[in-house]
Amino acid sequence: MQRIFLVFVVMMISFTTVTAQTNNKLAAASAARGKMIYLQRCMVCHQADGGGVPKLNAPLDASSTVNGSDIAKLVKYIVKGLNDRIEIDGEFYANAMPAADDLKDQQIADVLTFIRSNWSNKAGPVTLTQVKQIRSKLK
Amino acid sequence: MKKVTQISVFSSLFILMLLAATSSSAQNIKPDTDNAGLTLPKGFTALKVADNVGRTRHIAVNKQGAIYVKLERLDNGKGIVVLKDTDGDGRTETKTTFANYIGTGIAIKGNYLYASSNKEVFKYALNENGDIVDENAAATLVTGLVDKGQHNSKSITLDNAGNIYVNVGAPSNSCQEKDRTKGSMGMMPCPILDSAGGIWQFKTDQLNQTYATGVRYATGLRNVVGLDWNNQLNQLFVTQHGRDMLNNLFPDIYDTTVSAELPSETMYAINKGDNAGWPYVYYDHVKGKKMMAPEYGGDGKKTVDDKFINPAMAFPAHMAPNGLLFYTGNQFPARYKNGAFIAFHGSWNRSPLPQEGYYVVFVPYENGKPTGKWEVFADGFSGKTVVKNPRDAQHRPCGLAEGPDGSLYISDDVKGTIYRIMYQK
Repeated sequence: MQRIFLVFVVMMISFTTVTAQTNNKLAAASAARGKMIYLQRCMVCHQADGGGVPKLNAPLDASSTVNGSDIAKLVKYIVKGLNDRIEIDGEFYANAMPAADDLKDQQIADVLTFIRSNWSNKAGPVTLTQVKQIRSKLK
Repeated sequence: MKKVTQISVFSSLFILMLLAATSSSAQNIKPDTDNAGLTLPKGFTALKVADNVGRTRHIAVNKQGAIYVKLERLDNGKGIVVLKDTDGDGRTETKTTFANYIGTGIAIKGNYLYASSNKEVFKYALNENGDIVDENAAATLVTGLVDKGQHNSKSITLDNAGNIYVNVGAPSNSCQEKDRTKGSMGMMPCPILDSAGGIWQFKTDQLNQTYATGVRYATGLRNVVGLDWNNQLNQLFVTQHGRDMLNNLFPDIYDTTVSAELPSETMYAINKGDNAGWPYVYYDHVKGKKMMAPEYGGDGKKTVDDKFINPAMAFPAHMAPNGLLFYTGNQFPARYKNGAFIAFHGSWNRSPLPQEGYYVVFVPYENGKPTGKWEVFADGFSGKTVVKNPRDAQHRPCGLAEGPDGSLYISDDVKGTIYRIMYQK
């Protein structure tokens, strides 16, 4: 009995490891696709180092919003843009962010996964399922 | 005998006053050993007058040499800083603050200090020592100017006929229906121009003026941050920040290299009623032409020749000319007199190419006209050989002022450093 349990535990561990590895690979592929979108659509304002432009365009690197758990907020910024003057980590940014509502759900997941895992950011990936669910609720 | 004593006392006093006056002049001040980290033409030296002053935007220096600094972020609730050098070593020892608003514009004319918030313009009386008579007695000259975040700084300058000129930047890149959004075309006519995108003229002796009582002196100027009254020509000059994002908004017309170099940053000599053409045109210094903006049917080739004024000078794109000063002093060599200094804050809209600017430029004038050439006068503010990303720049030049002895003062709004440039033979 004990032996069976041990085998089961070993199986479970290896299964979890394989799943984690698969997830890592998926996230890496997603981030790689996201990088291409970032370079075309986001870099002009948010810059190659994700540092933004002081007082004009918000930084994405080391941003509490970008690294936070409120994925819905991030998806909304991309789909709807941002015209309000909001304070981000104690600073206001003057330029409006255009809506990128032409991006597909997967592209949004990809670019967010890239942004959240690049530079000094170490937040988890954003999945297609998450974006689909959030976007369906946005008007 | 008594009379003689009196005379000698008075003359000694006079000599003392002269000494006091000259002790703070450039020839007796030791520059920083590294010239404050700046690269300057031969014979020029520099020092950091003050450091960590805050988000220092434009500056003004009174006849006594005290520096008035406008802050973009409040320092313990105050938005104007006064810096004084009490021992004549060129570095300021005392710092006082007043005014409860943020902003960019500040200027001294006669016995008054003028300063702007992002919506208003205020006036303060100065006493014979150049100090504020009553910091709580600000007269509100202008109210109700547009402030929508983008391009909201209100730079100011004054003429010799009792008028103040105020920039109202357009809260927009190119007057698209949806700002900075690909595929969104320009509004015709651009409704923003009614209350922004130009220079407004107000009286210095009337209170609570508004758009209704002011004069729209010039229009078609996207975002002017540097402006100065040229006393030699008795004319207003302004420096405009040109539009951004040609490549991102119109990738079929402009590649990233062209978009990094165009459109020109421009300096205009302004006459009352002038229209510089924003958002309908932009200037191309390579072609030497006004180009039809792509939001209004332009294709990168169509020129507009029969409308709008031409710039007096044009510079490469996106460098952000934040400060303009016509030099009237005698300390610098003669070629600098009546020429223009421009503080370029530095670009962000050139990526993936390296950024540009982050220096102070000199534009030589001959017979009241720019020679057409410009040169980097003070460089090294960023602390980098190449600025790839704007946040890497350690300092960014913003405001310019001339001291009573002809020294040039430069403000930096990253670390709040105030520089003084001197010519020392």
